[in-house]
Amino acid sequence: MEDDAPVIYGLEFQARALTAQTAETDAIRFVVGTQSLKFDNQIHIIDFDDENNMINKSVLLHDAGEIWHISGSPADKAVLTTCYSKTSESRVLTCAAVWRMPPEWESGSHESPDDSSNNPQTLELLCHLDNTTHGSVACVLWEPMGDGKRVISLAENHVLLWDLQESSTKATISSSATLEGKGQLKFTAGKWSPHHNSTQLATANDTAIRGWDLRSMSQIYCIESAHGQLVRDLDFNPNKQYYLASCGDDCKVKFWDVRHINEPVKCLEEHSHWVWSVRYNHSHDQLLLTGSSDSRVILSNMVSISSEPFGHLVDDDELSDNEESQQEDKGKEPLRDSIIATYEEHEDSVYAVEWSAADPWLFASLSYDGRLVINRVPRALKYRILL
Amino acid sequence: MSSATTPPDSDPTGRRQVHSMLKLYYGMNEEGKVESLDPCDINGPHFDPEVYLNKLRKECSLGELMDHESCTVKQIRSLDSDMQTLVYENYNKFISATDTIRKMKNDFKKMEDEMDCLSANMAAITEFSAHISGTLQDQHAQITKLSGVHTLLRKLQFLFELPARLNKCLELQAYAQAVSAHRRARCVLQQYSHMPSFRGIQDDCHVIMEQLAQQLRQKFRDGGSSAKDLSECVELLLQLDEPAEELCDKFLSHAQSRLEADLQGLEAELIDSLVTDTGGGLVQKTNPGSNPVSPSSSSTTNPFLSPTAGTDILEFIDRGCNEFVSNLCLVIASYQELFINHPQEGELASKKIPEMANGKLHVFVDTLAARYFSLVERRIQEEKGVGDNSLLVRALDRFHRRLQAISKLLPGSAVPSQGTEIVVRAARERIKQYLSALQTFYHDSLTDVRQALAAPRLSVGGASASGGGATSKDATPSLPELLTSLSNFILNQLKSVLASVHLFTAKDITFSNKPYFKGEFCSQGVREGLVVSFIKFICQSSRQYCESAGDRGGSTPPALLLLLSRLCLDYETSTISYILTLTDEQFLVQHHTPVTPVTALCAEAREAAQKLLNHYVKVQGLIISQMLRKSVETRDWVNTIEPRNVRAVMKRVVEDTTSIDVQVGLLYEEGVRKAHSSDSSKRTFSVYSSSRQQIRYAPSYTPSAPMDTSLLSNIHKLFSERIDIFSPVEFNKVSVLTGIIKISLKTFLECVRLRTFGRYGLQQIQVDCHYLQMYLWRFVSDENLVHFLLDEIVGSAAHRCLDPSPMEQSVIEVICERG
Repeated sequence: MEDDAPVIYGLEFQARALTAQTAETDAIRFVVGTQSLKFDNQIHIIDFDDENNMINKSVLLHDAGEIWHISGSPADKAVLTTCYSKTSESRVLTCAAVWRMPPEWESGSHESPDDSSNNPQTLELLCHLDNTTHGSVACVLWEPMGDGKRVISLAENHVLLWDLQESSTKATISSSATLEGKGQLKFTAGKWSPHHNSTQLATANDTAIRGWDLRSMSQIYCIESAHGQLVRDLDFNPNKQYYLASCGDDCKVKFWDVRHINEPVKCLEEHSHWVWSVRYNHSHDQLLLTGSSDSRVILSNMVSISSEPFGHLVDDDELSDNEESQQEDKGKEPLRDSIIATYEEHEDSVYAVEWSAADPWLFASLSYDGRLVINRVPRALKYRILL
Repeated sequence: MSSATTPPDSDPTGRRQVHSMLKLYYGMNEEGKVESLDPCDINGPHFDPEVYLNKLRKECSLGELMDHESCTVKQIRSLDSDMQTLVYENYNKFISATDTIRKMKNDFKKMEDEMDCLSANMAAITEFSAHISGTLQDQHAQITKLSGVHTLLRKLQFLFELPARLNKCLELQAYAQAVSAHRRARCVLQQYSHMPSFRGIQDDCHVIMEQLAQQLRQKFRDGGSSAKDLSECVELLLQLDEPAEELCDKFLSHAQSRLEADLQGLEAELIDSLVTDTGGGLVQKTNPGSNPVSPSSSSTTNPFLSPTAGTDILEFIDRGCNEFVSNLCLVIASYQELFINHPQEGELASKKIPEMANGKLHVFVDTLAARYFSLVERRIQEEKGVGDNSLLVRALDRFHRRLQAISKLLPGSAVPSQGTEIVVRAARERIKQYLSALQTFYHDSLTDVRQALAAPRLSVGGASASGGGATSKDATPSLPELLTSLSNFILNQLKSVLASVHLFTAKDITFSNKPYFKGEFCSQGVREGLVVSFIKFICQSSRQYCESAGDRGGSTPPALLLLLSRLCLDYETSTISYILTLTDEQFLVQHHTPVTPVTALCAEAREAAQKLLNHYVKVQGLIISQMLRKSVETRDWVNTIEPRNVRAVMKRVVEDTTSIDVQVGLLYEEGVRKAHSSDSSKRTFSVYSSSRQQIRYAPSYTPSAPMDTSLLSNIHKLFSERIDIFSPVEFNKVSVLTGIIKISLKTFLECVRLRTFGRYGLQQIQVDCHYLQMYLWRFVSDENLVHFLLDEIVGSAAHRCLDPSPMEQSVIEVICERG
């Protein structure tokens, strides 16, 4: 079918930062931040028109510096945070800030998308997440499904929990934790768990994955050498509270049950280079997206460890009787754990993949050369999962 | 008669004439007498005197006629005389015959009278005889009666004397006589028991016989009596109407007690050996720990030591055979002699004793044999040491052979087949033990190899730190030696195991021609269970090295991975087919059941080899990657000083790559590489690369055209093939090195992309990359790959540079050549 053809969008600059607009539930919208040391960096807001298979973009200027990480507020679709590097006096520091998109970008972009690139509007700075004492920020995490008032930033070896006040124009550190240990410890990635009333956080540093309780700001578990090499990314299963996926430089994607951290539940080894990004589908957690520096994006179907598993692997605790009976209906032809598709549209390392917040069957991937590819889950699979 | 009457002096011709004439007379016509037709033949029947005369007159002269006439006259005269003589003789004879007949007539008349007299006499004799017998009749009847009474009296006397006689026999212990005497009297006594006197005798006899039977039973019960005595006893008791069933039971229980003693002796021995055995096992276990000596000696001797403590299995089985089995055979034989084959007479035959006895015997033999077998099996199970298989095989052979005796004695018995089953089980167990022994051996050899590798590796590290490539060459050449010695060890071990197992099928072993040992043992047992399983085990354990090492971060030394990979590859190319052919030849395997084909095993070995080599590449690539990553991450690239030297890390990378190259070269062939272009040499190469680099990133420094770079690099990528970083490698040195270098450079690239560079940072990267370019191209199959990746690194660094002003190519070259 033609709907399987990917839609490709090219940015002028190199880019690593991609996010779906979390608060937007109608339009399929992705936000990309560029990386350029010489020119003003931009934030591209990419709207995908599903019916016409077309892309509408609008560009906002981000003149603070090159963007390493970007994430959108779950409550206000105009608010987002970026982690950007600032060079001053031959010192490079990655800072984080909360921004608001100017209200006109949406209307302007539709009429004349060419104009907007000529005369781009600038993001409105709401506040800085001041990190001068803590060092470079690796990423900023919004409270999942929160009211947009709480964010966490991971700066070097600190976990900082911020309260945003006065409509996000003021940020204060409400609590913090520091990872102590031998050598230079540095967080590479983190994820705020949507479960347990949003009181848990998982972070990655070097080869270890750690869980934190945000109420006491203390470590609750630690998976030492979760990967053979650096852990690059994490994601929580949106439907199973103890399940976590991680990926790293050993080319593997591992699935963990944080209650039994000695062994991964499962391990995938499909990429031929470092895996930089892993994302669970927000609604159908058997669908898993990974992006790697082997320039490939792989969509896998991990039925056996999803919340809708087949056969005897049904997790009784988490399945109601109702779901089980549904399961039996589907049981005629159970799906197997498998790779659904390998997408090879990219020609450089893929550093970010993201599911759309609005359409659960759609996802975007971004490679370093500034190419954004929007793909869909194959229709056949979609119907098998749905029906 | 005519010839007899002819005078003997007559001449032959005359006699013939007489002959012929007589013949003529008697009608004896001689055929073929032609002359008789001639009318001129004077002797012929058709003689015509007229013709004859005419003829004479015509033919002869007068003289002749005269002669003829005289001759004829002479002849006539002689004939006449002959005739006269004959007539005279005949007349005389006739006269004498007449006289004789007359004389005979007189004699017969006399004889007739005598015969009449004789018949009269005979009649008189007959009459007399009848008279005598008539008178003697009465007396004869009396005599017969008297003799009858006499025998009866003698019998009665015997009866009356019987009790005393029996008593006497009892005293003298002449049981046989007593029994036979009693047997003779028994019926009579029984018949006349209504008479008081006879009854008294019968009672007496009963008492005595009871006593006798008691004594016999006592004797029977006593253990000490010999088999012959015993059988005699049994025979007598049987004759005494003792119930045969009871006797069988008693006999068997008696035999059982003796056999049980044998079994207990065996069991005691078993327990003894068990105690000493575990002691031996402990000693063995402490051995390898305390004694991690040279690879061959410790590993070959250790798992193959047989437990020398206690009696060995051959002795045990021998004892079992000699004591238990032979006794059992004796018991069976004598039992059969007594109860089954013994010809039964009279009422004993009707009791169907043989069937009953046979049934009892089977049960008896089966229970005892079962105990014996359990003991034997326990003993066999203790035979864990796999050193000298011949002992076990001989023991089993003897065991099996002796059981054949039972099968001959007791045709329907299940004992021999059970024995065969035990042998089969033992053989199966043996194969399993050999397999596990081989596996431990393999593990031990690998540990030894690992130790051997560990020692020189330390010196390699020290040597390479001091910058000597030569010393590393001195330290590592043991790698191919290790490989050959390892594979030789394994092969030899396997061969010796095969030889040991082969004993099971030797011709002189009785059980070797059982169907199991001909078919299943060879194909399923040895080929599949031992050889194929072992090869599979090697592949599998090799694969485990890949999997386990991945998580723990290279706990296996890379050299071992390389070695194992080569080992598996060698197996794939030759060793597997060699081993299997050897096995098939030695065991004449007939594949009734489907067996694992050689190709499947080869594929498995190849897969293992591939996996190991991939893992080797990954591990080695990782070591270099880690160095590069740390070097990029820990440096402040913005505030670095102007490059004066190639960074030490790069030198280290090149050195490590070189030593890996040497290491791989020891085990793998060179492999094909794309033909080097003429600019492969260092100088022209650097010109080439510099020109490329100029084109590649020079425009990107001009701010006006930011698109060009990405466009250019995109176009470049469009035409270059996608590089799979962790892709499977081929089995040659170049491919392995290419893989390692790819991994390292890709890591370098990714790390550079995460950093921000100052002017001198970029220049340092330029210098480093140029240095790598100078040395790495020679290792890879396609030097363009190195160029491409290094270009990408420099390009990315330029992109990430705050002040991108590249260094002069000539300066870079000078620095690199100096460093």
